[in-house]
Amino acid sequence: MDPVLRAENISKSFGPIEVLSGISLELRPGEVHAVIGENGAGKSTLMRILSGHLPPTKGSLHLNGRPITFSGPVDAEAHGIVLVHQEILLAPDLTVAQNLFLGREIRRFGFVDDKAMRERTRAILRELGTGIDPDREVGRLSIADRQLVQIARALLVPHKVVAFDEPTAVLTPIEAESLFEIIRKLRSQGVAVLYISHRLNEVKAVADRVTVLRDGRHIATRDIEGLEPLEMARLMVGRDMSKLYPEKPATASDQVVLTVRDMAVPDYVENASFTLRRGEILGFGGLIGAGRTELFEGIVGLRPSHGTVTLDDRNVHFRDAREAMAAGIVYLSEDRKGKGLLLQQNLRINLSLAALDKFGRGSFIDTGAEEKALDQAIKDFDIRTRSRDLLAGQLSGGNQQKLLLAKMMLLEPRIVIIDEPTRGVDIGTKEQIYRFIASLAAEGKAVVVISSEMQELIGLCHRVVVMRNGRVAGEVAQTDLSEDAIVYLATGVHEERAAEIAAGHA
Amino acid sequence: MTETVLRTSPEKRRFSVDMRALSPFIALIVLIIAGALINPDFLTASNLLNVVTRSAFIAIIAVGATFVIAGGGLDLSVGSMAALTAGVMILTLNNLGGGDLGTLALGMLAAIALSAACGMANGLIVTFGRIEPFIVTLGTMGIFRSLVIWLAAGGTITMRNFELRELYRPVYFDSIFGIPIPIIAFMVVAAIGALILYRTSFGRHVVALGSNEDVARYSGVPIWRVRTLTYVIQGICVGIAVLVYVPRLGSATPTTGLLWELQAITAVVIGGTALKGGIGRVWGTVVGAVILELVANIMVLSNFVSEFLVGAVQGAIIIIAMLVQRSVHRGR
Repeated sequence: MDPVLRAENISKSFGPIEVLSGISLELRPGEVHAVIGENGAGKSTLMRILSGHLPPTKGSLHLNGRPITFSGPVDAEAHGIVLVHQEILLAPDLTVAQNLFLGREIRRFGFVDDKAMRERTRAILRELGTGIDPDREVGRLSIADRQLVQIARALLVPHKVVAFDEPTAVLTPIEAESLFEIIRKLRSQGVAVLYISHRLNEVKAVADRVTVLRDGRHIATRDIEGLEPLEMARLMVGRDMSKLYPEKPATASDQVVLTVRDMAVPDYVENASFTLRRGEILGFGGLIGAGRTELFEGIVGLRPSHGTVTLDDRNVHFRDAREAMAAGIVYLSEDRKGKGLLLQQNLRINLSLAALDKFGRGSFIDTGAEEKALDQAIKDFDIRTRSRDLLAGQLSGGNQQKLLLAKMMLLEPRIVIIDEPTRGVDIGTKEQIYRFIASLAAEGKAVVVISSEMQELIGLCHRVVVMRNGRVAGEVAQTDLSEDAIVYLATGVHEERAAEIAAGHA
Repeated sequence: MTETVLRTSPEKRRFSVDMRALSPFIALIVLIIAGALINPDFLTASNLLNVVTRSAFIAIIAVGATFVIAGGGLDLSVGSMAALTAGVMILTLNNLGGGDLGTLALGMLAAIALSAACGMANGLIVTFGRIEPFIVTLGTMGIFRSLVIWLAAGGTITMRNFELRELYRPVYFDSIFGIPIPIIAFMVVAAIGALILYRTSFGRHVVALGSNEDVARYSGVPIWRVRTLTYVIQGICVGIAVLVYVPRLGSATPTTGLLWELQAITAVVIGGTALKGGIGRVWGTVVGAVILELVANIMVLSNFVSEFLVGAVQGAIIIIAMLVQRSVHRGR
């Protein structure tokens, strides 16, 4: 079939730096075309060029065989090309219907026609298979529902090409599955779907063809038939990725270092209990919003909480992170940019911030010692940076995570809690981070890994505690670790259905 | 934004970061050249020393404001606080009645203690009341101002002891090695301020707090204490400014320190400190305070604009400084 949208030899440069070079891509009606690549491979730039947000530096776009240039996203939309953004771009205080028609309100005698907009909103949402109330304020919807509203808003205009940019980043497996249903429905209507993701299992489940980008270059375009995730990863990274996870260190012991009993964090967690042993990697699984982050923030004093926390046979209660750090417990937030690093400050200031007391000379800071620590951290953690003077916000996601690890390791903790250690991290760096986590356990530290990626929990952890709706739903021992077991505890759905979801998605 | 930053070459970025730090100094040089062209009397040592001396109060207060603003806060109450402190200091001296050094020292101590307490009050309400500093200090601004009006019964509070006035006078009017004492005071305050902000853990914590409060909290920075202390430092700086101010006129009135908050914040912003916090520049602030006074001086020496419009020009300067800051920021 003839392609509806074709990109020919697209290149894009920002100043002297070329981020895309010579990319060609065909989108056929009725296909789901996935574009995969590591962070920084140029996926998002390509998508923004195709949807008119950016003009290409070189190359041309062809719509239905005719060359075309878009003056902007509005122009592209007028030609039937819509983009569903990765971030939620909705006004939280307006209702669903108001958001859907924001900037394109239906008018009657010069006044907005709320009734007509409500009706159309209801119809579109029903088509998407959801019963969201058009009069509800968007701020009161769940993240998944907000994304549905965003999709509905994109589909409101007549569309031939719909582009999704990492749509499942904030969704639970079940929510993602219903998104795939929507995508399949679009495909059956003859729409060309462009799907950008770095979750390879998802791509396998939903795509018809896959284009792989690496370092701004086109590596391959293949049919999904016979293309397994492992091979996709190899194409993305350019080397064999079958050994993503290191050997689990044989240091897991019976020596309990931390016992948590009946922990409660108001509004988030109730009755959570678990134990953590020396030299082990303890996983915490569950859906987003299950209360895992809040539980640990409560334990280290970042949130009000009550319950019994016993550290080495001594009951403790931390009022803030400083006290927890003094007791040898560090927590690395999942929200690296918002809670982990000062994006507007340089690497040195970020590195020493938590352990500033160690750099004291009298009451003053010993900058020389800080510089030395930075040299050491860049070497130990393989932080790749063009220059030591960069701001933390200018590092890639993976290097930010390494910097955050380096920062917290300066405190010489005994217990390390890492929340979503590889979120937004490219696959090559993932491997390094996994190896580092394993080495922490091998040194005899106790490590907690909170993760929404089940493969990660299975590949990395000795045991996995699974939370559901603010409670501990159960624990999976090393010998029983499987996606089915985790999904079952995380969702409470009986096993056949869980297996179905796991097979279809994660 | 990170995207665009990432794409620009490091050389370019470094240049513009320097621009932010350098721009107040460039503005200062431009102003001095302009002043010299307009009036030959401008570039005399006595005129320049006079200008810097007059900028001392604002400069000292603005050093404190640099801490508050770099930490992500704001203090609008400094002008009223200065008036209240001056009033209470003079009343204390009058009530003690003596004309000796001991009396003076006690009065000075009272001034510093009161201003530190006022700053502490601001800080505690902001941190523990979790109220916007803009609102808190707007409130205390009104409170301090009306307290001084009440103490003065709407009139003037004057130092009554003539001996004491003679004893205290040199603090504003005398020089050491040819440098007026107020200038020495403000250089010392700035040097100590710079040392604290740039070289101590506390200073680092202030910058971290101003950059991102959550990151500071998750990194174990004692944010309550740090934030409150910035306001206490602001209070102490106001106290020191009052110590230099009182001997100048020997009195406090309901209009003492009027609009000083505007001038202090302007000096801080001209100096390159980010109004949203996270970047603090003590020496830039000092230059900013001098620039404000230079502009007033040039206006007096020239005949272009009426000197009654000094406030308008200073108000315009803060707006222009913000525009420059933003364009420098955007240029990155």
